[in-house]
Amino acid sequence: MERCRMVFSGSGGQGVITAAIILAEAAVLYEDLIAVQSQSYGPEARGGSTRTDVIIADSEIYFPKVTQPNVLVCLTQEAYNKFHPIIRPGGSLITDTRFVKTERRVDARQIELAMFQAVMESIGKPIVFNICMLGAVIAITGLVRPESIIRVLETRIPPSFLEMNQKALDLGITIAQNLGSQS
Amino acid sequence: MSKTIKFIQGNEVCVEAALYAGLNFFAGYPITPSTEIAELLSFRLPQIGGRFIQMEDEIASMCAIIGASLTGSKVMTATSGPGFSLMQEALGYAVMAEIPSVIVNVQRGGPSTGLPTHVSQGDVNQARWGTHGDHAIITLTASNHQDVFAMTVEAFNLAETYRTPVILLFDEVVGHMRERVVIPDKGEQPLVDRLRTAVKSGVDYHPYLPREDGRLPMSDFGGVHRYNVTGLAHDMWGFPSGNPQVVHGLMRHLIDKIQSNAAEIARIREFFLEDADCILISYGSSARSSLHVVQNRRKRGERIGLLELQSLWPFPARIVREKCRHAQTIVVVEMNMGQVLEQVKLAVEQPERVFLANRMDGVFINPTDIRNILRLIQGRGI
Repeated sequence: MERCRMVFSGSGGQGVITAAIILAEAAVLYEDLIAVQSQSYGPEARGGSTRTDVIIADSEIYFPKVTQPNVLVCLTQEAYNKFHPIIRPGGSLITDTRFVKTERRVDARQIELAMFQAVMESIGKPIVFNICMLGAVIAITGLVRPESIIRVLETRIPPSFLEMNQKALDLGITIAQNLGSQS
Repeated sequence: MSKTIKFIQGNEVCVEAALYAGLNFFAGYPITPSTEIAELLSFRLPQIGGRFIQMEDEIASMCAIIGASLTGSKVMTATSGPGFSLMQEALGYAVMAEIPSVIVNVQRGGPSTGLPTHVSQGDVNQARWGTHGDHAIITLTASNHQDVFAMTVEAFNLAETYRTPVILLFDEVVGHMRERVVIPDKGEQPLVDRLRTAVKSGVDYHPYLPREDGRLPMSDFGGVHRYNVTGLAHDMWGFPSGNPQVVHGLMRHLIDKIQSNAAEIARIREFFLEDADCILISYGSSARSSLHVVQNRRKRGERIGLLELQSLWPFPARIVREKCRHAQTIVVVEMNMGQVLEQVKLAVEQPERVFLANRMDGVFINPTDIRNILRLIQGRGI
């Protein structure tokens, strides 16, 4: 497989770091892949713009940070403005239509998804926005199977929340797949 | 039986390894970027009947683990630069009184409060000479989670073997990043238990009388033997002594027990050194960036290799000298102003061939930084 370098960015509390950890853990524990995850520390992790780096590969990863992501997710305008120039040419730049208005064109596949709107309409709880985003990411990249994400979630969240998370994950997958059938 | 695989932070790996090694007492004062160690142990230790104490500061933390170790516990504390400074006086006490203990320093930018959330490797010399007086010390480090596990267990083993404090010098990048670690099965990595005296109750026990092999069997403090422990220079009974002969014998013992075993304590990893014209020397997280560069350049046929140091003190000078004998260029990659660089220059035959590739601005040194410095050294410009 080709080494996948990802940056998830947004604002503190949106769950981008949690989503990154879940994805990387799923890759390592249930897909037999190598993964490294790191994140920005400090006050920004509690309200400002946050960033987390994930690398997933089938060979050893030495340098654990991402300088040019193949996949860049921006869930706020601030994060988009700050990070969109670092996208690797030909990469995928995923934004949410509710929070980000894309301006400049970059040499990347710009994927604008109405994830937040869909979560609010069909689930009504913003807490699973990050899991919906994760669904879109795995549908676009094919990095890990949805079952692997669910297996990680089973160890991390109370059983009563599992159904809602499953729904959010499926929603993200569907949104990303519909995009594929349109283009 | 399937292996236990975890995807966790370096700090969490340190906790898993410490518990594997038999840790049952932790006293500390949480500080970024080491906080997860205290946090996790506050939960885990009580579950196995161990003790966790959050102390009022790092001075008290170090003192508490010294006391607990004397009573027979395997002990650890964890901190970062500012707290490590506060621990220095009691660390010297642990050296003098020969108390097995493990001190974790997850390095952040300094001096002083410095850069709490950013990486640095600026405490290498503090680990060596932070406490006053002539002494020897053991310091280990690691660049990846499997080695964090191994070196943490080693730290406990060396602390018991040599009756000494051992410093685990990690850094923010390794402490906070998450990657895969395989937890060894019980018995897979050997453990060194405390060497206890065979002297029976009611018979004279000499707490500071070394055996022929230089080791000092311990008696759990508060147990069957009554004896003295002091930071003063002391005789074989543990009582203060200013007798020059006694003091000389004590100092020789304290330093020789570690320096004369430097070869056994030395731990390194090497990558492509056999035919390397250019050798990078690094440790901790910066060794990851170095290895990234080495792997990429090897693919292009360049004769470049990496010597990764996992023990920093005693400095593995002999290994460095031997491995670098045929190298044209030696580049020390570290995140400080050249603390290991100085040691390498002292170790090698031609110090003029040794260069520094560093960052000390809180930013994790990346492969581009190293590549640019290599180009400058080779006279090719950035």
